[in-house]
Amino acid sequence: MADKRLDEATNTETVGHEWDGIEELNTPLPRWWLWTFYATIVFAIGYVIAYPALPGISQASEGMLGWSSRGQLDAEMSSAAATRAKAVAGLADLPIEQLPQHPQLMRAAVAGGAAAFKVNCVQCHGAGAAGSKGYPNLNDDDWLWGGDLKTIETTLIHGIRQPGDDATRISLMPNFGSDGLLDAGQINDVAGYVLSLSGKEKKSAATQRGAQIFADNCAVCHGDNAKGNRELGAPNLTDAIWLDGGSKAEVAAQIHHPHHGVMPAWGERLDPVTIKMLAAYVHSLGGGEEFAAPVAAEAPAADAAQETD
Amino acid sequence: MNKPVQIKAQEPPVSLYAKREPVFNRRIDGKFRRIKWAIMALCLAVYWITPWLRWDRGPYAPDQAVLIDLAHRRFYMFGIEIWPHEFYFVAGLLIMAGIGLFLVTSAVGRAWCGYACPQTVWTDLFQHVDRLFDGDRNARFRLYKAPWTASKIARRLAKWSVYLAISFATGGAWIFYFADAPTLHQEFWSGTAAPVAYGTVLVLTLTTFVLGGFMREQVCIYMCPWPRIQTAMLDEKSLIVTYKDWRGEKRGSLKKAQKNPEEYGDCIDCNQCVAVCPTGIDIREGAQIGCITCALCIDACDRVMAETGRPRGLIDYATLEDAENEKAGNAPTRHMKLIWRPRTILYFCVWAAIGLGLLFTLGTRVHTGLTVAKDRNPPYILMSDGSVRNAYTLRLRNMQGRPRDMEIAIEGLPGAVMWTEDMAREAAARSLVRKVAADATQGVRVYVVAPAGSTDQSFDFSVQAVGEPGEADSSQAKFDTPGGE
Ligand code: SF4
Ligand code: SF4
Repeated sequence: MADKRLDEATNTETVGHEWDGIEELNTPLPRWWLWTFYATIVFAIGYVIAYPALPGISQASEGMLGWSSRGQLDAEMSSAAATRAKAVAGLADLPIEQLPQHPQLMRAAVAGGAAAFKVNCVQCHGAGAAGSKGYPNLNDDDWLWGGDLKTIETTLIHGIRQPGDDATRISLMPNFGSDGLLDAGQINDVAGYVLSLSGKEKKSAATQRGAQIFADNCAVCHGDNAKGNRELGAPNLTDAIWLDGGSKAEVAAQIHHPHHGVMPAWGERLDPVTIKMLAAYVHSLGGGEEFAAPVAAEAPAADAAQETD
Repeated sequence: MNKPVQIKAQEPPVSLYAKREPVFNRRIDGKFRRIKWAIMALCLAVYWITPWLRWDRGPYAPDQAVLIDLAHRRFYMFGIEIWPHEFYFVAGLLIMAGIGLFLVTSAVGRAWCGYACPQTVWTDLFQHVDRLFDGDRNARFRLYKAPWTASKIARRLAKWSVYLAISFATGGAWIFYFADAPTLHQEFWSGTAAPVAYGTVLVLTLTTFVLGGFMREQVCIYMCPWPRIQTAMLDEKSLIVTYKDWRGEKRGSLKKAQKNPEEYGDCIDCNQCVAVCPTGIDIREGAQIGCITCALCIDACDRVMAETGRPRGLIDYATLEDAENEKAGNAPTRHMKLIWRPRTILYFCVWAAIGLGLLFTLGTRVHTGLTVAKDRNPPYILMSDGSVRNAYTLRLRNMQGRPRDMEIAIEGLPGAVMWTEDMAREAAARSLVRKVAADATQGVRVYVVAPAGSTDQSFDFSVQAVGEPGEADSSQAKFDTPGGE
């Protein structure tokens, strides 16, 4: 029998083990502790039986309850769809111009549009809709084809220069350089003139010559005052915004052999409600035009205490 | 230790697990028992009544005096309403509770454990139920040993149903802190309350039933972390329940003591102190982790001392230092003197400082708030006339129980104006007024446009409740331009 005795300080029996003067006291765990441990094992076995758990070659065991993460996802997706449907009910029948009269619906549409934008539009226009060279920035107030709700919706449905869509809008700027309509010196002059309109280039003899070239070749589309023509998607050349770059070389390159962007016709791929929501979102980015008088003074519904910080 | 330990080859197997020894504590009456009844009654009354108290907050806020409104993330406590961003109040209260425990422990030992801890309150209550059904200590022990006859089963089932009923009424009542109590009460019984309410009641009833009805002292000894911390908090100046061994030893029956008064001390070895102990320990073995300082053994021993005509206090509240003092034959120190010493005073000061800090913050807080988040993508937008636009999402906070008009304004950023999504751009201005619903926040996306040639700079958004000077807040924001880095 090992050297069993009572520990002086605690009056507890020792088990007889000692290391460097430290003795092990016999302090048994309560038995319910053991049973609790057994219960967790039983629970784990039950869990493995009830839920998918055991890995197989191609698939895990299915579990008795028939639960699967995919099934749960489906359920959540359809409940989200139902919620969305409720929020935008009526959007299908509402002409988009009347949307601002329904602030509640408008808010829901903008929110839905933001989500749809992330799926369909960011590839070209960027996550913040700021575009990039050749791809319009949708936040600014410069619109090639028009920036009111209705026009944005039309652009979304039929696209721009979309082959196969009868209602798509097409405009093609001639290849002034590559087709030999203007020589390099003329192109340089007219580029200088165009830049001088927004103060980016000083007026000079060259811009004088460019003005004449512009009047002869460009004014037909861009207008006598170069303010553009939305019927033709001809950009305003007097403002600060340059779709294809505002340096002289970039402007000259565009005159030499213009780049023509293509916007897909989303009417073939997205349902009308989604398109309306996208239009509302794009319009809401800060450059939207013809926003019918400030929305009724109705106090915006407190976006509820739920979504507090 | 130099002595080599010999381990014999054949050791009898020792079980690593100990069966629980049930505690059948005797009924006792006395000063501390009565204090315990009073505290139990007070605790349960406060717990039950609180959710039913009303507090008029006007039409826009609930009228329950104490309400933890999880759905709307508000905490109401009489005139105080805590918002999620003010969680530091709750954190502060928790820290105060922690330091309060330190304070109490270093001053009067485990008073929390002995009197106010819910586990103690419930154990006490359930032990009383045991006595009602099974009789006092001996009868209960006999019944425990008795075979499972029909009558024993019936008695057990009856007792357990009472356990359950109490657990339901006490544990379950917790849900009333989370919703309007009268409404929830009505919904609960008509079966229309939220499933989470039933789930919570079920869980709390079962945990109360198991922990109070069956686990009892096991919770204190094995599951609760507090005793372990407390042992570190106690020192030789903390008031704890102490058996004065120099006076009691050597133990002997009355008869023996009469025959041989010199040899025997005051303890007549009647075991009453052990019999009444709710955790089933023997305090005469010295201070130990199982003792929750409920002082029932003091009541029991005082009674024995009175019967044997000896002075009370063989078991008593005493500090270790004082016990030594008394042992040496000096007069005991007054308890009040023991409680106030540098350590407890320090704890008290820290505790009070946090409390005052919280009160000060509470008194000076503003019920108007503003946070600003700037659009990062894109950071700026060049407009066709060369001006630059940045977008911000403002969140206006109205922490008042009525709708208020709030004026947002730009401070700094020369020449800049702003507008929002739902107004015409032409109406852009330096300041806007928005109506914010009662006790709510409102998000406002604003576009700020600054003239061509503006540079990167910081400016402020300010918000001010219209007509309420002082009710204002501001938040700094950055303005980015194409020229900036
Ligand atoms: S109750 Fe008092 S006298 Fe009786 S055994 Fe305990 S300490 Fe001794
Ligand atoms: S030893 Fe005394 S004070 Fe400690 S728990 Fe038991 S009865 Fe209560």
